[in-house]
Amino acid sequence: MRHLYLLDDAIISPLGFTTSENLKAVRQGISGIQPYTFSGIKTYAGFISNKKIDAGFYEIAAPEKYTKLEKMLILAIQQVLDKNPGLDRASIPLILSTTKGNIDLLDNLGNFPKNRIYLGKLAQTLSDFFGFKQKPMVVSNACISGGLALSITKRLMITGKFKNAIVCAGDLLSNFVLTGFNSFQALSKNPCKPFSENRDGINLGEAATAILVSSEKPKTKSVSLIGEASANDANHISGPSKTGEGLFKSITSIVQKTGISPENIGFLSAHGTATLYNDEMETVAFDRAKLNTVPINSFKGIYGHTLGASALIESILSKYSLLNSELYATVNFDKTGVSKPLNITSEYAKKELSYVLKTASGFGGCNLALMFKKNLV
Amino acid sequence: MTNLHTELKKSIIEQLNLEDMQVEDIASDEPLFGDGLGLDSIDALELIVLLEKDYGIKLTDPTQGREIFTSVNRMAEFIEENRTK
Amino acid sequence: MQNQDYIKDWVKIRNNRVFHCGSLLFENKEADLNKFLKCVYSELNLDYPKFHKMDGLSKLGILASEILFTSNSFSEETALIFSNKSSSLEADRQFQASTESFASPALFVYTLPNIVLGEISIKFNLKGENAFFVSEKFDTELITDYTSALLKEEKAPQAVCGWLNLQNDEYDVFLCLISSRGKTLFSEENLEHLYYFE
Repeated sequence: MRHLYLLDDAIISPLGFTTSENLKAVRQGISGIQPYTFSGIKTYAGFISNKKIDAGFYEIAAPEKYTKLEKMLILAIQQVLDKNPGLDRASIPLILSTTKGNIDLLDNLGNFPKNRIYLGKLAQTLSDFFGFKQKPMVVSNACISGGLALSITKRLMITGKFKNAIVCAGDLLSNFVLTGFNSFQALSKNPCKPFSENRDGINLGEAATAILVSSEKPKTKSVSLIGEASANDANHISGPSKTGEGLFKSITSIVQKTGISPENIGFLSAHGTATLYNDEMETVAFDRAKLNTVPINSFKGIYGHTLGASALIESILSKYSLLNSELYATVNFDKTGVSKPLNITSEYAKKELSYVLKTASGFGGCNLALMFKKNLV
Repeated sequence: MTNLHTELKKSIIEQLNLEDMQVEDIASDEPLFGDGLGLDSIDALELIVLLEKDYGIKLTDPTQGREIFTSVNRMAEFIEENRTK
Repeated sequence: MQNQDYIKDWVKIRNNRVFHCGSLLFENKEADLNKFLKCVYSELNLDYPKFHKMDGLSKLGILASEILFTSNSFSEETALIFSNKSSSLEADRQFQASTESFASPALFVYTLPNIVLGEISIKFNLKGENAFFVSEKFDTELITDYTSALLKEEKAPQAVCGWLNLQNDEYDVFLCLISSRGKTLFSEENLEHLYYFE
């Protein structure tokens, strides 16, 4: 079985600009979601002020030369590079996951050239900033993108063209996406409540993250991606499948390939967007896969839905869950509101873990499952 | 069939891109979703936009649409009762 | 011995022309993109009302896949690995324009490039692996490497991969069916040759 080892990482979010600040808040069940108003519409969202970003960015480069998302991604990648000064920038590939990239430039370019709106240009800008020499890769596959980028990196390792890679992900809280989800009547006016009885929609959020991954086993205790699968529902481009088909298929595929049965999975980091239909779809899939007793969490009450960043951030948090033997709470979860019994985490707990499952689903009918393993020295 | 019925059918065809369909093809009592016109959840959201744009009716509860969009007859009835323009 | 993969079939839609394995299948001088796409739809004898609700990128993807899937047998597990430069920028601009008055949910849903993969999956009942990549130009190395890796690891028995770009009504479609049988070896060089020269 081939492994993709998850090494140093960084998370830039309303909770803080380092992974440790984020972890501290996650452990305490602190949410980064705040009341947020756009075009006269009230919701809750995860928002990072430009001022805060520029204060952090100022030491690295001139803030006005880069877009908000670029700065967030640069801050994340920089931390990973700082922790690994020996990395060869000529050979290491950069894989970026994003759904909308610099979408805020669409109605207001500011001083940026027109081509900055392209996702490829965004990745090239990051690459040039750090002096990477390999062509950057961009994955844009709706809300599974961040996790899919890890899968893709693992699969590309088979070519033998590289041993290490930097996977990064980011998306903005933009009027574009807020307006879109509002037209879908999917935005909650309250802090979102994944898997709860009175859940009434999502909160959006913004974040960026980066992680160094490797095909070589590190000398310390580590976490690796050992199985990955994605599947399409072939049902509807925006409505979640009533049978949870694609998600069920993704989960059963990695359970079969890795041989890790449900009773050995210690924790499941679900997608849990807190819409009526998404959470129910996941429930049906988890029930079909016999995951009813596995502790399940959603991080959306903490971060909101950070789109292309969410599945990578949640994979990184899954890594820490394994390394530190801990389960994180599903913030805002109260009374269960799904059709099958599930073991939704309501508070932080210590628990020895060997395997963690991460799942995600998105528009276009896409679904993803990742299996992470703890490796002792 | 009233003018409102015809007007509604025209805007449904246009708004939902029901290519190759004519006003005569939609019966006023025919179900819009499921077996009838075969509309889906995105169409339902577009109909909510249509109500606001053309008749100044804002649906705040998304589940309300399910009851209103049962047929052109029901939609017309609802519009007559609630229109602000 | 290592199993080889082949480019079994391919479709190109460019400059008002539709090519199937290098031979011209259809040509139409229609300048308007939507009218041109509707002509191709009629030419292929499609009866799929949902088509008319799709954005341009999805329409292009459906038409090209229709040609590939009606001329070849395919498995439900067929993987879809697409790429382009402009992501969903065309749909993004249309949705953005709608927000000036009433934001359209039917436009918003197409503001992700992978929606076309969903539309193709629905039409042909494909439940396999999907991935959408974005690059400044067609990254034949990445598409070849990733598709080969999926097939080699038996994540899919065959795959449709290629380039599907649309911006300002200018389109460039090149989709290939990759299978264990065929005449043209699936390699970066051959993919590039077919894309640029055939």
